[in-house]
Formats: sequence, structure tokens, C-alpha cells
Amino acid sequence: MERAYNISVFTENSIGILNRITIIFTRRHLNIESITASESEVKGVYRYTIVVNTSLDQVKKVVAQIEKQVEVLKAFFHTDDEVVHQEIALYKLSTEAFANGGAEKIVREHHARILTIEKEFTIVEKTGQPEELTVLFNDLSSIGVLEFVRSGRVAISKPMKTLEHYLEELEN
Amino acid sequence: MEKNIRGAEAVMRCLVAEKVDTLFGYPGGAIMPIYDALYDFKDEVNHILVRHEQGAIHAAQGYARTSGKVGVCFATSGPGATNLITGLADAMIDSTPVVCVTGQVASHLLGTDAFQETDVIGISMPVTKWNVQVTKAEDIAGAMAKAFYIARSGRPGPVLVDITKDAQFGMTDFEYKPCEKIRSYSPKPTIQMNDLNAAVDILNSAQKPFLVIGQGIILSGAEQELVAFAEKSGIPVASTLLGLGAFSPDHPLYVGYLGMHGNYAPNILTNECDVLLAIGMRFDDRVTGDVSRYAKQAKVIHFDIDAAELNKIIKADVAVLADAKEALSLLIELITPKKHENWLGEFRALEKIEHECVVNKAKHPTNGELKMAEVVNLLSEKTDGKAIIVTDVGQHQMITSRYYQYKGFRSNVTSGGLGTMGFSLPAAIGAKLGNPEKTVVAIIGDGGFQMTIQELGTILQAKVDVKILILNNNFLGMVRQWQQLFFDRRYSFTEIVNPNFTAIAKGYSIDALKITERNELDNGLDTLLNSTGAFLLEVVVEQEENVFPMIETGASVSEIRLN
Repeated sequence: MERAYNISVFTENSIGILNRITIIFTRRHLNIESITASESEVKGVYRYTIVVNTSLDQVKKVVAQIEKQVEVLKAFFHTDDEVVHQEIALYKLSTEAFANGGAEKIVREHHARILTIEKEFTIVEKTGQPEELTVLFNDLSSIGVLEFVRSGRVAISKPMKTLEHYLEELEN
Repeated sequence: MEKNIRGAEAVMRCLVAEKVDTLFGYPGGAIMPIYDALYDFKDEVNHILVRHEQGAIHAAQGYARTSGKVGVCFATSGPGATNLITGLADAMIDSTPVVCVTGQVASHLLGTDAFQETDVIGISMPVTKWNVQVTKAEDIAGAMAKAFYIARSGRPGPVLVDITKDAQFGMTDFEYKPCEKIRSYSPKPTIQMNDLNAAVDILNSAQKPFLVIGQGIILSGAEQELVAFAEKSGIPVASTLLGLGAFSPDHPLYVGYLGMHGNYAPNILTNECDVLLAIGMRFDDRVTGDVSRYAKQAKVIHFDIDAAELNKIIKADVAVLADAKEALSLLIELITPKKHENWLGEFRALEKIEHECVVNKAKHPTNGELKMAEVVNLLSEKTDGKAIIVTDVGQHQMITSRYYQYKGFRSNVTSGGLGTMGFSLPAAIGAKLGNPEKTVVAIIGDGGFQMTIQELGTILQAKVDVKILILNNNFLGMVRQWQQLFFDRRYSFTEIVNPNFTAIAKGYSIDALKITERNELDNGLDTLLNSTGAFLLEVVVEQEENVFPMIETGASVSEIRLN
């Protein structure tokens, strides 16, 4: 059965490691739904969150292949209910339409934030899960959304040893 | 520490520090500083000039596979580097330790489509265990140390180090520190005793246990432990293609070669055993046939050093992450001594059927054209199974795997996983340079020979004593066999018009002989084996001979056909 899996990968900071990870998906004809990368709580260790729809059997093999890469410290996978995950979305609206179109009500209802107001455009920000971001998009569409962008998912698993703990294991 | 030397010289000093005495390569613009440095190291390092970069990496593979050392090759940027890709893929899938050093355009030209610039790091990523680009002279020593460590440790594999021309020209202080640890890389697993004990419990209560071994035995140097374990446990042993040579075919517990063109008994009884113990093998589809009908009745115990191989193809009841030698050493202690005479008898009974239906006719035909099997069988007898045999890909490869009795240490070199035609001739050059005292025979089909035929020039220039045995059936025989069996004899572009091979060999000053008749075979092989220096023997064999037994694609191992 296919479902969404959140793959967390911890790597050294080296050129090309992102490519080494993504070709593992390409080779198996797997589409990456979302991917984010940034430095983790440990300096020099990078953390990737990759979301992919696939089977349990396939995600196990993919994670094993990721962890096999020389510069990968550790890789895990979790289902959606095993992680806390969020995305951030930015919505660019015409300031004129925004002012006239009942936008205040929509922004309030969705607990979204106004990031900036310029003469020509206003940027609204909303953090949440994909469905929430989509509902806001749909509601704002009545005013007219000029641009819309989502960050891709970041996820933290609920039960997990700390990264430092794994690093200690690897050092020994 | 060396003060203020060029990056190019640092590369050479790294090789010397890693005790590299032989390497294979081809110069070009972007690697010229390294070749200039090599000029001063000619006494310490024997550089073999090949005729094509693919030849360099296959030679490095042949050298590595037979010597146990890391094979090394040099190539320039652009086409030089891309010509290595087939060999990298081959070394990756067959776990061969190779370090490739490629020249690269100067770092300020990266990404500009400069002359002979190619993104070899990007291109080679899927087919290297690790690769790295070096743009500063001071980073060379560290990169090379990591390269050798990664190539040879754990499950071995190919590594590529791409060095920009400015890094080769740049000046640096040099001190070589061998790499012994990388935080993110754990090549030597610690055996979990719970797993091992679970395996032992299953093995000790097994009635029909079956041991299948792969190249992992050879790579970990576990040949002696394997014999001791087999003899104590009484478990019959079968081998994959790359495992041939790890266990003597003369041993009473040896029951044959597994897979598509393997032996009858071990394939059929895979589906009869109650415990399948797999060590250092990866359940390639050519071994398993239809996985949904592979050893379903058996408890499967799988030992491998690569965690990604465990439960990849066949779900194991007990999977043990382990080095084969360490695992076998522990198993020897824990296993209960047993004999499995009746079970072994089942193998012998099926073996008899294979001998009657296939083997005897193949090895000792009395009329008709020469058959590949009789040539290989006679070669095996004349060399007592102790030559290093380097095969190419196709019918001759399967026939050799079936009929050569590999008894020598690291004596089997073939392109298993990738199936690279053109592998044999350059790989045999590397094998000979790594084993000057041994007889090295390259057995090649007429098709594959022409894929890397230019390496005859390497044999000529470097005076490499390789015995070349061409089994010529004027067909791309394995494809033709499939066309006959599965495509209604529609021989689409498999008939091949060949040049005069002996004339070509003589053009390279290599003595050569062509034989077509059975009564010439004995003398022909003697001439090949007793020649001084390289020799080419072309044996014209039956055109439409098929390799049997055979497990058809999609069939189960127990459905192996005898004809």
C-alpha cells in the first residue's frame, strides 16, 4: 500500500551529497513530493526532510540505500502520524484588491499574518499543514492571488534519540 | 613532510604511500601535470599505457580482483573521464576496489563548457561508492587517503578523484596520513550475537541445510574458514558466478554453480532445502529466477557486509550484518558437527542426470564441429584448474563458468553484475600484471573481443604475457540463443562477419593460431599455454550451440531446463 513517508537524513556538509541522495529516488522512478534541507542543531551536520509516496517495502530499501552513502550519518523514515510537520506558505495579493475585498476576515479566520504591505502588493504568511495552506489559498483566490509559494515540509519525529546520541555512537 | 611540492607530485607520493606499484592510464591535456610528475616516479610505479580509458579501468579491475589490492587508473578530463563510466559501473556492481584519478579543467573554468570539460562528478555519482573533486593542491593528500580507504573497506567499490589542473600545478606542503576512520561511514559491522545465535539455532536443527556462497567469501579472505565450517557442519555448498574459486570443486561437499546456466542439482534443490544459508551473495535475479518461487519452503539466513543487501531481494528469517570471515569464524565454534549423507545424495542423483543429459556430451563430443565446452574442459585439465581465467560476457562465459574447475586463489575474473562485453581482454592484462608468476587466460567470444580489441596494443607495448582464447561461433551467441528460443529464430543482427583474428594479432606482433578441427585442439591448447609471451588461439566452434541447462526468465529455479 502506498502512503506518505517522511524521510529524515543527516549528512556531512559536502558538495554533491544532495545529488547522491536524490538519484536514489530517480533510479527507482520515485517522485519526491517535497524536499527541504538546512543545518541541524549540530554545527556542520545537515538535515533533509524528504516526503515521498510509496510502499513500506520500497521506503525501507530507499532509506537503506541512502544510509549506505559514505557521507550520510543517519537516515530514518516515519509515517505522517509519527511526526510533527509544518510548512510555510506566502501569498502575494494586490494591495488594492486586498483593501477592498474582505481580506481582513479571511486572514483573521485562518490565523495568518501580514508580512509586508507595499503600495502595489501585500504578502500574507501562513504556517501549517498542507491542507490548511490550501484552504487559505482557495479563500484568498476570491480576492485574487498574484503569487503563491510553499516551503515544502519540515518534520520532527515524535520518538527519537537525539542527533548527538547518534553522533556519539558513530564516533565510538 | 615534503615542503612546497606541486599537487601533481603529491598525487604520485600518495600512490607510493599506498604501495601502488602498478597503474593503468592514458594521458591528456587536463592530467598533464600528473603525467609530468609520473615521469620522475617511473622506477617506483609501473604505468601501463592502454589504448582506451575503458581498457585502463578494466585492467585495474582485473588487477584488483586477482591481487586483492586496490586497482588504480588515470584518465584525462572530458572524454577520458566519460570513457571510464562503464568500468566504474562494472566495479560498482561487482564490488571491485578501484581508485580512478581524473584530470579536470582549471577550477576557474568549471561550469563554462571549457574544452574537454565534463561534469564527471555528476555523471559518475550513481556508479561510484564515493567521488570527490579537488580544486586545491593542499586537499589532494586527504582526498586520496579517503579514496583508498573507502575503495578497499567494507563492501569494496570504485572511487573517483577528480583533480583540477590548477590543483595539480599548485604548490603545497605534503604529509600523507592514511585514512582509518570516517565518522559517517561504518565499513566493519559489529556482529550482533543475538542474530548470530538465532542463525545457529536454525542451522543446528536443520535436516536439509544448503549453503550458497558469493564473492563476499573471496573479498573477506574467508576461503579457509568456509572449508572448516562446511566440513564441521556437513552442509552442501553451492556458488554464485562470482563466488567460483572460493570453494574447491573437488571438495566432496561442493554441489555446483547456481543460476540461469548453473548446475541442475543446486538450482532444483534450492526449492527443497529446509534452511538456505547465504553468505556474501546478493540474490541477483540470474541466481534466483522468479523470486516469488525461490526457496519459499526454507528458512533463509543471510550474512552480508552491506546492510542495504539484507532483505533487499529475499526476505531473510535471520539477517546478519557481518564480514564473512568473522561470521564464519564464529559459526565454526557454534555449529554442531553433522553429516547430511542422504541430503547430499539427492544432489548427487540430480548431478548424475545433468551429466548424462548435458555434461558428458558437451565435454566429450565425438563428431560434428568443436564445442565450447570441450575446449574449456580440456583447458581446465591442462592447467589443473589453476590458471587465472578472465572471461568476457555471453555463451563462452557461461560455458567457462560451468566447465572450468576453478581451484586457484582469486582465479575467476568475469563481469558478473553488469555483463560488460569487452571486459576480458583488458581485465586479463591487469590480472597478469598483478600475478606475473601465474598463467592468465582470457577466454573471449568473437563479439566481445572486438569491443576492446585495441588493447592488443597494450599487450604489445607492455609485453604482457596474456593467453587469449577466442571461441568463435560467428554469432553474438547468447543473444542468438534467446532469439532461437524466445523470438522464433528471428536472428536480428546477431550474425557477425569477423576479421581475420590471427592476422590482426600478428599485426601486433602477437603469435597466433586458428584451429577448426577436433584433432587440432590438444596441440592448439598446448601451443597457447606453452608460448613465450602473449599468444592468441582462435577456436572455431559450432555456430548454433546452446548453453544448457537454463532457467528461463520468469521461471523458478526448480524449473531449470536440461535442453
